[in-house]
Amino acid sequence: MREAARAGGEVVEARPRHDMMRLRAVRPAATLPLPRAEEFLDPSELERFERTLLPHMRAAYNLARWLTRTDQDAEDVVQEAYLRAVRFFGGFRGGDAKAWLLTIVRNTSHSAWQRGRGAGATVPLDEDTPEVEDAALGPENLLLQKASGQEVREALDALPVEFREVVVLRELEGLSYKEMAEVTQLPIGTVMSRLARARARLRLGLQERVRGGSA
Amino acid sequence: MSCGEPASRLLEAYLDGELDLVRSLEVERHLAECELCAAALSSHRALRSALTDASLYYPAPKGLEHRLRTELRKGSKAAKRGAVAGWRWGAVAASLPVIAALAWALVAIPRGPSNEELVSQEVVSAHVRSLMAQHLTDVASSDGHTVKPWFNGKLDFSPEVKDLAGDGYPLVGGRLDYIGGHGVAALVYQRGPHPVNVFIWPEPDARGGADGESSLRGYNVIRWRRSGMRYWAVSDLNLPELRELAHDLQRP
Repeated sequence: MREAARAGGEVVEARPRHDMMRLRAVRPAATLPLPRAEEFLDPSELERFERTLLPHMRAAYNLARWLTRTDQDAEDVVQEAYLRAVRFFGGFRGGDAKAWLLTIVRNTSHSAWQRGRGAGATVPLDEDTPEVEDAALGPENLLLQKASGQEVREALDALPVEFREVVVLRELEGLSYKEMAEVTQLPIGTVMSRLARARARLRLGLQERVRGGSA
Repeated sequence: MSCGEPASRLLEAYLDGELDLVRSLEVERHLAECELCAAALSSHRALRSALTDASLYYPAPKGLEHRLRTELRKGSKAAKRGAVAGWRWGAVAASLPVIAALAWALVAIPRGPSNEELVSQEVVSAHVRSLMAQHLTDVASSDGHTVKPWFNGKLDFSPEVKDLAGDGYPLVGGRLDYIGGHGVAALVYQRGPHPVNVFIWPEPDARGGADGESSLRGYNVIRWRRSGMRYWAVSDLNLPELRELAHDLQRP
């Protein structure tokens, strides 16, 4: 049966960590085609799903766009994330719907990367290495306020994805440290140090751009 | 508070609004007398204001919501038509293993006794953590009308907040906490020297099991379900008094 399913249907990609945590016991079904939404939700549940999660579509798209860097990939990721979310909605117990959805968006973007589009682009980060830039917190930083939206976007886009995502989650989506910990599946302490390092790098990148622009 | 790596981390947490009142005041006192940290704060602020540029937020493309709704409903519509074509039996047969696996998951995960144990361990850990980190409340108030709105926008449900001062269990405040990978409301009551955490989250279908009580690592735990919400009360308070609090909370 499983063999037949494998031959006939699509082979499902390795599940991201988030999915494995939620549905560990369902792993035998992983070789089957993904079931459609209605096998999990009746119409009233689907309505509740839409009411709960569609309001966060803006945030989902913004995060996906920053992570994947192209419009088309971002839209694909958002669509796939919603289809994943619908499958796991039964396990969603209420609570923070935005963080829950963004977790799935993030996982979906990351597995899209691992599927090859951006393979090799993620570099494991050594959280313990101290950054030198923190010393550069001088008054010239006030110039950063003069940076154009374009310069900020380039500087942020130039950060490695692990840094980019914490800045986007905190500064653009306004997530708390706790919510960021949920979305990134990291301890809060790691979230804080990663955010600090991301900001330090961003500050440096931005300084270079502002200086380069005015010179 | 001394300057250096930990102070700079604290400064960022301050700017991010992540410190409780006591620590915020500490940071502010320090900022008043330390030029270095004050300068660091203004450059953090400068970076933040650079990031508020509206052009950084990518707007979702027109029609995306419509496309999502269509995609999500595709199957439901087919199901509503009600005709049972031959291919559909094939689909039913193909989905049997999925259903079997799901049934197994339902039996094995949410209904098993271990689920309650896991949650009670988490709840007790959250209680202990709230005491250790000196972070019992995010909003300190004995007024339910202050505590309840505080949760607005932080959770997508609104917990019922009762002050039980008249019953000898004054409300001390509220806090956001984290159980089972989700944000939950924590209300803090006080009985003499004993703080009581009451964790609340929505649970429409009683999947968290029956009401009951237990004792774990020296803490008493009582759980119940009322009006679609799951409640867990944890404290080092003795069981009869904790029961009384639980009883008062269940009073309509």
